[in-house]
Amino acid sequence: MIRPHRNHPLWFAFIVHRLSGLALVIFLPMHFYVLGMALTNVDQLDSFLQWSNNPVSKAAEFGLVFLLAVHLFGGLRLLVLENFDWRDWQKSLAAASAGLAFVVAGGFLLNVV
Amino acid sequence: MVGANNKPEETDQPEVMIEVSVWRGDAEAGGFRTYHVPSRQSQTVLDIVTYIQRNLDPELTYRFACRVGMCGSCGMTVNGKPRWTCRTHASQVISNGKLTIEPLRNMTKVKDLAVDMTPFFDKWVEAKGAFVPTKTRHDEIEAIKPDSKERRAADAAVECINCGVCYSACDVVAWKPDYLGPAAINRSWTLVNDPRDGAQAERLKVLASDAGCSNCHSHQSCATYCPNLLNPTRSIAGVKRRVMVAALKGEV
Ligand code: SF4
Ligand code: SF4
Ligand code: FES
Repeated sequence: MIRPHRNHPLWFAFIVHRLSGLALVIFLPMHFYVLGMALTNVDQLDSFLQWSNNPVSKAAEFGLVFLLAVHLFGGLRLLVLENFDWRDWQKSLAAASAGLAFVVAGGFLLNVV
Repeated sequence: MVGANNKPEETDQPEVMIEVSVWRGDAEAGGFRTYHVPSRQSQTVLDIVTYIQRNLDPELTYRFACRVGMCGSCGMTVNGKPRWTCRTHASQVISNGKLTIEPLRNMTKVKDLAVDMTPFFDKWVEAKGAFVPTKTRHDEIEAIKPDSKERRAADAAVECINCGVCYSACDVVAWKPDYLGPAAINRSWTLVNDPRDGAQAERLKVLASDAGCSNCHSHQSCATYCPNLLNPTRSIAGVKRRVMVAALKGEV
């Protein structure tokens, strides 16, 4: 349960950034492992790519691109917050990061289906 | 309507009661006790606590002094959120006729609603929150332009009443008890911007230390709950920039 003192948009922006970062840390080694198959085991890579061509994998890919984009834009938001003069529209910046991430991930999904 | 003796005037309306759960106990153990308090016009959360102590349970311990938002001693956790209780109207926070009142988080409980604020104030000292003069009374008064960048930065952060609400809202303080916390760093930031102060190098060293500004995750709970509408996150971001410049110059 979200404890009451955490129930505000900028805390959600923080937790999304933290969890997306952790999810990417878990994903990236698997990603590089699969990429590595291009050098070591081409047949296995081909069959994996064929297998991944199903709707569930596409939905998961959308999720991954979203995580990547939301972490990227959220990180840029923090860099702006910490390195430039303060803006009073922090909540709008956080909303814009999430919105942009949706646009990027949605665009990716439209491209692949 | 409330009469001169603070008792409701005679009306045909049944009295509206608020169900108030108050945390009772000490550092070792405790739990909630429920009281029923009559609702009044313009009643603050502190009024409710005072009503309980005067009329229902004289052993209830809590802290307050000014009742007008000046002294910073009445901080409590109200329905899960840290607040100054003397300036929090009950009508703003009551949910379904109920109210939960607990001591502030991140500080050791002393008894009931009173917490030990010693570590909170010790951190102000640790963060070099005291002004170190560089002149004597015989020198000329140093002119500080009111519209200089430094003066405006200090002005924006200086009206802190030491209530501990931000400290109680900060998750990093809960996760890492050594962290100086939003109020102490906010205070230091006002001095970082004071050209008359003579302890800048030492102050920046503390702010750059393991207990310092780099712990802050900028999730802005401190700024969300500060009753004086200060923004410790902005001050800490300013400190981070100063520390970064000092680190690049090899000063910290
Ligand atoms: S912004 Fe920093 S100081 Fe404020 S609540 Fe978050 S971690 Fe604590
Ligand atoms: S910064 Fe605000 S919340 Fe924190 S101690 Fe000062 S007045 Fe209270
Ligand atoms: S009693 Fe002084 S600030 Fe609330």
